[in-house]
Amino acid sequence: MNIIVCVKQVPDTSEIKINPETNTLMREGVPSIINPFDLHAIEAAIQIKEQTGGKVTVLTMGPPQAETSLRESIAMGADEAVLLSDRAFAGSDTWATSYTLAKAIEKLGADIIFCGKQAIDGDTAQVGPETAEFLNMPHISYIKKIEDVTDSSIKVQRMMDEGYDVVESSLPVLLTVVKELNQPRMPSLKGKMAAKKAQITTMGMADIGADENSLGLKGSPTQVRNIFAPEVKAERKMIEGSPEEQVENLLKELKEIKCI
Amino acid sequence: MDYFLDEEQLMIRDLARQIALEKVLPIRAELDEKEEFPWDIMKTLAQSDFFGINIDEEYGGLGKGGFEMGLVIEELSTACLGVSTTFAANSLGTYPIQIAGSDELKKKYLPDIASGKKLVAFGLTEANAGSDAAGVQTTAKLEGNEYVLNGTKQWITNGGDAEIYTIIAITDKTKGARGASAFVVDKGTPGFSFGKKENKLGIRASSTRELIFENCRIPKENLLGKQGMGFIIAMKTLDKSRTGVGAQGVGVAQGAFDAAAIFAKQRQQFGAPVISFQAVQHMLADMATQIEAARALVYSVAKFIDSGAKDVAKASAMAKLFATDVAMKVTVDAVQVMGGSGYMREYPVEKMMRDAKILQIYEGTNQIQRNIIGQALIKETTKKK
Ligand SMILES: Cc1cc2nc3c(=O)[nH]c(=O)nc-3n(C[C@H](O)[C@H](O)[C@H](O)COP(=O)(O)OP(=O)(O)OC[C@H]3O[C@@H](n4cnc5c(N)ncnc54)[C@H](O)[C@@H]3O)c2cc1C
Ligand SMILES: Cc1cc2nc3c(=O)[nH]c(=O)nc-3n(C[C@H](O)[C@H](O)[C@H](O)COP(=O)(O)OP(=O)(O)OC[C@H]3O[C@@H](n4cnc5c(N)ncnc54)[C@H](O)[C@@H]3O)c2cc1C
Repeated sequence: MNIIVCVKQVPDTSEIKINPETNTLMREGVPSIINPFDLHAIEAAIQIKEQTGGKVTVLTMGPPQAETSLRESIAMGADEAVLLSDRAFAGSDTWATSYTLAKAIEKLGADIIFCGKQAIDGDTAQVGPETAEFLNMPHISYIKKIEDVTDSSIKVQRMMDEGYDVVESSLPVLLTVVKELNQPRMPSLKGKMAAKKAQITTMGMADIGADENSLGLKGSPTQVRNIFAPEVKAERKMIEGSPEEQVENLLKELKEIKCI
Repeated sequence: MDYFLDEEQLMIRDLARQIALEKVLPIRAELDEKEEFPWDIMKTLAQSDFFGINIDEEYGGLGKGGFEMGLVIEELSTACLGVSTTFAANSLGTYPIQIAGSDELKKKYLPDIASGKKLVAFGLTEANAGSDAAGVQTTAKLEGNEYVLNGTKQWITNGGDAEIYTIIAITDKTKGARGASAFVVDKGTPGFSFGKKENKLGIRASSTRELIFENCRIPKENLLGKQGMGFIIAMKTLDKSRTGVGAQGVGVAQGAFDAAAIFAKQRQQFGAPVISFQAVQHMLADMATQIEAARALVYSVAKFIDSGAKDVAKASAMAKLFATDVAMKVTVDAVQVMGGSGYMREYPVEKMMRDAKILQIYEGTNQIQRNIIGQALIKETTKKK
């Protein structure tokens, strides 16, 4: 089983400061950690490896100092690490980030790809699903339990607002995980010693065969206008009736609110 | 103070410190209150490779020494002596296998110990054999290819929770001290059962039980070393493990001191923090000085033993004696510095004071340590003449 875990290095603070002029994150002078959700992804990957054998590769796109996060992942038990670093990657939005990760994953090959649910800085929760789309691969988000893994399939519980779904998928598949999934382990001493010596593979634009125009700032359609916490307007309507009636009513409702 | 630890020693200490802070400290009061065995913490320590610190690499360990083991024990002890006792008793129970085990026994047992898959206990003490270990009455009789064990061990740390037991039993009553032998016994062997869990003053997270042997048959290959070497193995074991008890003393004293110093700075009386009163300052100064002296002694002796030195009984007794007397004094004084708060369960120092007492008792009482040092002194002065 080849497992890739996408990890993001994020600033260690719950109070992220935002540059009022550019509306972007100010990262200077804040210590970096592995995105907390990604620790659960690493733990899940190691647990599967312990069960089925295989290899866990951690993958990150970031500046050279993101290597620290990769070494910390190896100390927890990951086998290999790949750093995607290239000037051409700078300024990526979630689209360009996902494209870049997908190109690298294509090159590396994997049966299961893990992502965190979201990054605590960017917070969009888009990179996992978008990466799966670029890879033309099924994805299951918000998984809180792995029920079963075989050579060709996986069965998981997906967290919902109330309760959970049980979802089964063929492999390869991309999964995004929530904290309920497991308790990330501490690093081990042997892992730490291995991490110190580990060879970290660095890959750039050419290595992953990426199209220059889809990368970094150039490949990023997002323009940040404003950042705000959206008001949560929880309104729910149950649509009753036979399946046919339900579809008809749903279409009517959606047209009324001009969704379609 | 900086003891110039090397890179790997720092890595070991820092990870142990992280586990003490993140995994032990938050639940120590609950473990104490409920007298609960710290399984989750043992699992974490296992996953992080700590059980293999001083086991040879060929058996899956890290191949470090008693010094590095002491660093880990010290860090765990700053948070909870009950937890550190559970952990350290493994090392105590493993030494007999390392010291005298055949290749086969080492191959059979050490990998599972190093990985933390199986916990270990050391069984020497009996109702009539405490300080006077030669009073052991448990017998082991060779019958064909098996030894048959009969008797009861008392107050055995990890008893019932461990999977592997190293046991001292009498193989030949007529030979006195040369009539004892050491064995490995697996939990689950027919005829091997446990008494009830003891209810204790301190180290309540650590379990203490009787080991009961009733016609318990073990393969004769489970003999450690040769028949008759039991007490020699036991004494060598204790010589090695005592710096670990010393490290426990340094750790618990440091934990109590830290709590007291922070409290003294925050607590206001007579319009000033109590740390500004010279009487309190002097107590803290004495505590800090004693802790540093204990640490320096424990570290030096551990390194001396790791060097392969032969005659280590006196040094190892000194490290245990001094560091654990310091631990008792410092934890009592920490309660004093904190006044009524120190006496309350909301603060950690009353527990540390209750816990510290065991260090002056187990693995040889501190009176016995003084006897060991005294006997060594007599030997040395006789030689000098
Ligand atoms: C408002 C806003 C402002 C931004 N400003 C800047 C900026 O000024 N400068 C800048 O460089 N970027 C900026 N970005 C960052 C960039 O768009 C995102 O950080 C990046 O695309 C990942 O998105 P996310 O943080 O929302 O991750 P999410 O989609 O929330 O992350 C989900 C999971 O995807 C994986 N993942 C995400 N990113 C990576 C990665 N790099 N490598 C490996 N795996 C990953 C992880 O498993 C993670 O748990 C900004 C983003 C937003 C939303
Ligand atoms: C919580 C706990 C855990 C333990 N864990 C283990 C374990 O894992 N394995 C194990 O084998 N044992 C274990 N023990 C036993 C422990 O090592 C003994 O309790 C200890 O050696 C003292 O023996 P004793 O209690 O019989 O005291 P005694 O020998 O009865 O001593 C009573 C008093 O007399 C003093 N005394 C006795 N003889 C002399 C002398 N010659 N000179 C001066 N003073 C003397 C002692 O110092 C003490 O103050 C444990 C004990 C406890 C309480």
